Amino acid sequence: EGNDLGGICEGFCTADLLHLDCFGLDDSARIAINELVEVVIEEAEKKGGGNSQARKTRVLFYSFHRDDIPAESVMHKFLLLRNSRCFLFTGMLVKGIYELWGEGTTDDDLEKAIKGFPDERKLPYLKPESSFRIIVDNFGKVISFQEQNERIRGLSYIPFKGRVDLRNPDHKFWLMEIDDYGENNGLPPVVERRIFFGREVGAADRKLLPTYQLKSRKYIGPTAMDAEIAFLMANQGLARPGKLIYDPFVGTGSILVAAAHFGAMTMGADIDIRVVRDGRGPDCNVWSNFEQYGLPKPLSLMRSDNNLPPWRSGLKEVFDAIICDPPYGVRAGGRKSGGRKLLKGTVDPYTVPEEKRFDHIPSTAAYSLAECVNDLLELAARMLVMGGRLVFFFPVLREDVVTVAQFPEHPCFTLIASCEQILSLRYSRYLLTMVKTGHYTEEISELARKKHSDFRENHLKWMEEGNLHSAVFSSSDSQTTKALFDRDSKP
Amino acid sequence: MRLLTHNMLACNIKGVTNGYPLRLEAEKWVEKEVNFNADFLRSVFPKIEWPALVGAVRALGCHDLLPQDAPNPSALDSDDDFLRRFHRALLQLHVEEGALVCPETGRRFPISKGIPNMLLHEDEV
Repeated sequence: EGNDLGGICEGFCTADLLHLDCFGLDDSARIAINELVEVVIEEAEKKGGGNSQARKTRVLFYSFHRDDIPAESVMHKFLLLRNSRCFLFTGMLVKGIYELWGEGTTDDDLEKAIKGFPDERKLPYLKPESSFRIIVDNFGKVISFQEQNERIRGLSYIPFKGRVDLRNPDHKFWLMEIDDYGENNGLPPVVERRIFFGREVGAADRKLLPTYQLKSRKYIGPTAMDAEIAFLMANQGLARPGKLIYDPFVGTGSILVAAAHFGAMTMGADIDIRVVRDGRGPDCNVWSNFEQYGLPKPLSLMRSDNNLPPWRSGLKEVFDAIICDPPYGVRAGGRKSGGRKLLKGTVDPYTVPEEKRFDHIPSTAAYSLAECVNDLLELAARMLVMGGRLVFFFPVLREDVVTVAQFPEHPCFTLIASCEQILSLRYSRYLLTMVKTGHYTEEISELARKKHSDFRENHLKWMEEGNLHSAVFSSSDSQTTKALFDRDSKP
Repeated sequence: MRLLTHNMLACNIKGVTNGYPLRLEAEKWVEKEVNFNADFLRSVFPKIEWPALVGAVRALGCHDLLPQDAPNPSALDSDDDFLRRFHRALLQLHVEEGALVCPETGRRFPISKGIPNMLLHEDEV
């Protein structure tokens, strides 16, 4: 489940054998890799330091996170999951699993390595009665058909006896190459060229993504969550049948669509009624996004303000996970109840005349990052079951291309995963996964009430310090950005 | 709006102490199929305010759907008929149009297109 790969695999390696290489990967792949590393480390710890003796086969992860996890045990997991929906997701993280026949920094090294790989592991897949195909993949670069053929011909020292079948081969072999192609989008540079050759043990079912990708979704908004990331979030939240999952900033419902795909029941709220109720018409709204994929619709959508949530007193521990992308104000600003002037104290509350009350549109004020995160943690502390998960994005400013991240903390929560997604040179966001490990007590609830009124009294101060939009978009020498992530402005 | 949602919501106007349960006024309601999941029903049962649920079910005119008093939780394991009724009451009855009315102030929170609008006015926060 989630970032736990199992408990069924016997021979996981020790954590210290892992070496994570980040080459020019796209953002979602980076999140995937972090997740994968975490999986393996957790698993190794669980087994009391792991067991490296059972290693038989070396495996290469397509995303160039490679390690010595036995292929058989991973395959075992794959087979087990193949018939369930989880498999699809596992497939999102692990793009493929390969038995590594050789690797090297030059073609000669690679040839030597492949020749040194034991024949008894190679020959069964090279038999005359079998069919095969070789796929050439240069990571981060497109190479021509002609170049591909040249690269394949360069492998003639491998005694392929079978016939070539491009469409439906018995065995697939991959020649993968990474090199510094000049563009790495701000990610750590590739140190040296490396070539890998291996046999595909299992490939992930990536068909899920085209089905759910945003461009084919009927109703999306400017901040709709990318489908792949929404699925990663839902998985981190352990979305499963029988679980109830809540998104307090539901928007067009992207995250709940992913949660519903995994079989969870969903609930969502948003402060903007046009988004949740009206959409773009009767066939283009949050409900229709679920219909489009044949998924169960949310149990509840409502309009409410996470700053002043309408839960009855005494209600707690009802959600199994809260998964969301809070409105931090970089793309869409957060809003909360109460007009700006009202909160400034320059005007008295506007008393809504009786005859206008029914369709009155209350004014809202901007919502600072610190307050937004504080409310979210408070909501989660109260409304999650013990062991329930809070999964959300948290923005961080990058300085000199290095991120110094300090994450929000709460006595009820333990942070179990943080995965960075770099969005620009100035700004990145972390997908944080927290587990509720402490009970929500009267004391914590009282503290939260005090904090809430403190935020309301000092509204202007928080807004000035917590304006992420100007921090991200202002000129680089601007000093206003600093205060945002100071310790004392932390929720 | 499902009755599960109704069961969770209260009037949160500043100063209101007795904002629960909200009186349900349903102008239009429908029944919507929801996948039956016994585990979910068992885990949510202890969180439900039974009298509020019974009140809401009756507000929709379904007088015999649920017993007046909350059954012993063991009924969830032994009484399949009850589990189905509970499922239907909690998850399948869906209020499309109407309002939730605060018992203390009489404030109406409108429900339109199945979505309750719980946002407060400026002078209520």
